[in-house]
Amino acid sequence: MNKKLELVDLRKAYTPTVVPVKDISLSVGAGEFLTLLGPSGCGKSTILRLIAGLEQPSSGKVLLNGQDVSRLSPGDRNIAMVFQSYALYPHMTVYENIASGLKLRKTPSGEVQSRIHEVADFLGLHELMHRKPGQLSGGQRQRVAVARTLVRRPDVFLLDEPLSNLDALLREHVRAELKQLFGSQNTPVVYVTHDQTEAMTLSTRVAVLNNGYLQQLDTPERIYTEPANRFVAGFIGSPQMNFLQVKCEAGRAIVGNSRIPLPLGSNTKEIILGIRPEHVHVAQSSNEPALDGQVFLVENLGMHNLVSVRIVSGEEPITVRALLGMEHRLATNAPVRLAFPPDSINWFDVGTGDRVEATTPSMVRNG
Amino acid sequence: MVDYVRAQERRTGWLLTIPAIAVLALVFAYPILRAVWQSFFTINLGNQLSPAFTGLDNYARMAQDGRFWNTLWNTTIFTLATVSLELVLGMGIALVLNQSFRGRGIVRTIAILPWALPTALIALAWTWIFNDQYGVVNDILLRLGLIQTGINWLGNPTLAMISVIVADVWKTTPFISILLLAGLQSIPSDLYEAQAIDGASPWQSFRQVTLPLLLPQIVIALLFRLAQAFGIFDLISVMTGGGPGGGTETVSLYIYATVMRYLDFGYGAALVVVTFLLLVLVVAIASFFLNRSRKRASGAV
Ligand SMILES: Nc1ncnc2c1ncn2[C@@H]1O[C@H](COP(=O)(O)OP(=O)(O)O)[C@@H](O)[C@H]1O
Ligand SMILES: [Mg+2]
Repeated sequence: MNKKLELVDLRKAYTPTVVPVKDISLSVGAGEFLTLLGPSGCGKSTILRLIAGLEQPSSGKVLLNGQDVSRLSPGDRNIAMVFQSYALYPHMTVYENIASGLKLRKTPSGEVQSRIHEVADFLGLHELMHRKPGQLSGGQRQRVAVARTLVRRPDVFLLDEPLSNLDALLREHVRAELKQLFGSQNTPVVYVTHDQTEAMTLSTRVAVLNNGYLQQLDTPERIYTEPANRFVAGFIGSPQMNFLQVKCEAGRAIVGNSRIPLPLGSNTKEIILGIRPEHVHVAQSSNEPALDGQVFLVENLGMHNLVSVRIVSGEEPITVRALLGMEHRLATNAPVRLAFPPDSINWFDVGTGDRVEATTPSMVRNG
Repeated sequence: MVDYVRAQERRTGWLLTIPAIAVLALVFAYPILRAVWQSFFTINLGNQLSPAFTGLDNYARMAQDGRFWNTLWNTTIFTLATVSLELVLGMGIALVLNQSFRGRGIVRTIAILPWALPTALIALAWTWIFNDQYGVVNDILLRLGLIQTGINWLGNPTLAMISVIVADVWKTTPFISILLLAGLQSIPSDLYEAQAIDGASPWQSFRQVTLPLLLPQIVIALLFRLAQAFGIFDLISVMTGGGPGGGTETVSLYIYATVMRYLDFGYGAALVVVTFLLLVLVVAIASFFLNRSRKRASGAV
């Protein structure tokens, strides 16, 4: 792969105890849209600021087009960034805001005009050119902030939660716009968000972060279908994946009165079974592996009902949530038999939380 | 319906402003109008303080009064020198105090102390500092070998003017720096980060972000200081009493002398009126130009 941006063992410690970025390594190629996804405070913005040069790494390197830029000042890196607050200059017009970066870099004025004209065409900003940021709506400000980075023609685009200040409807709209915009060009994008929908819809690859550690770096599809560990499985997907800690016997997990085969080669005593609510369904026949339970909450989501079921088996009661079609008219306290299709089950180690997969030669070291 | 509510609110609004207007009229409009009226009379020891209407005689006398023009000149020099020095130094101090460093809180407190102290005390202290026999300034200069004999700072018109300017700058710069610091703190830091990413130097960021966004505070500081410096009295009165030979006499000191020492009330009133109008004119011109530059800096046409 043609690596445009590369992070090598990047680490940032503000104090010995505040270490928001812990030895992150990843690379972004031309045309890639990489999203850093994680809960608030997990170090996403810090990574972006390290790439931009607004913070200095405690150790590790940032490579841009193969060149180590870790010691360069932000202005010498040719990157462009959309801030969460947009950081528009309140005293300048939209035109001046967009032009400011080009003027600072001594771009010839004819070139400045033609580039701004092009971007304004693209984003539909012509009517707004002589307004001040204070006279713009949230969506318009966001577009100006994006325009300001586009005219710069940087080596990499950085965006820090650019949609978080927009209302829900507008966010969906602008999200689609961003996808079109950045999909039609070849400069890599690093996008920060805590919103999994944005990550799933926009990205070519997603880096899931927690606590400063990289949890998984994969395509959106694989992040969803093959989460690398319990954290990723729980963080991605709404409503959240169900987790059941179950006992195992002879390579099979004991789920209620049924035995579900474990991934090949694992022989633990206990394991965590993970299944998404959309994969749980009402058992059709009595010989299908299933769990008996009692409905205690039905939430209407429009297209589906989110049904919370209390499983009666075992010692302590467990709750399983299932997305069921509206045709199942389930009332509170009604008995229900829930089936878990083995193909849709994810297995996680009880101790480490890591994904348990069928043992293949390359995975032997996980034992 | 809406109009009715509006009208009601407006009426209440007017009612509520009446006390303020009354107070303003009493303490502001009345003395000024009274001074204007008095300036058309001759009231002095020559006529046993019995007012005699003499029309514009006082103003005609003022035009011929060399001492008046001299004090006006001194006041202008003092105002321009102190206000510009204080603004530049105050800006520098505000920029330093806006950085985060250890002990910033203490340094900020120390930095406003000069402004919090009574002017009369500070003036006395500076009189001693500039004393020709025992003053610290002369002591330092002598020890450094820069001068051979002590300079009589307050005994020479030019040096005395420099001395009072230094004292005023020392006392009032903190006021400006605190005012500008408040403005600096309201500028979001991500604007500077955006500038850094675009490759701006600190000086370019200062010109493009700090100055335009700080302009409201600069304007307030300037207008405030212009008016204050133009009416300077206490500091100079204590340090030099206007001397030597009228070298530091400002308009306020001259008015004080005219009224309180020579008991020339009519002429004093005329001086007050002219000074007042000059001050209004200066502030009006200054605010006009500042507003215009603010508009230009903020891009509005
Ligand atoms: N300048 C700083 N000094 C000390 N701690 C900081 C600083 N900036 C961020 N942090 C800490 O680093 C952690 C990660 O912050 P951040 O990268 O902004 O998280 P997010 O993933 O929400 O963008 C947070 O716990 C935050 O308190
Ligand atoms: Mg953040």
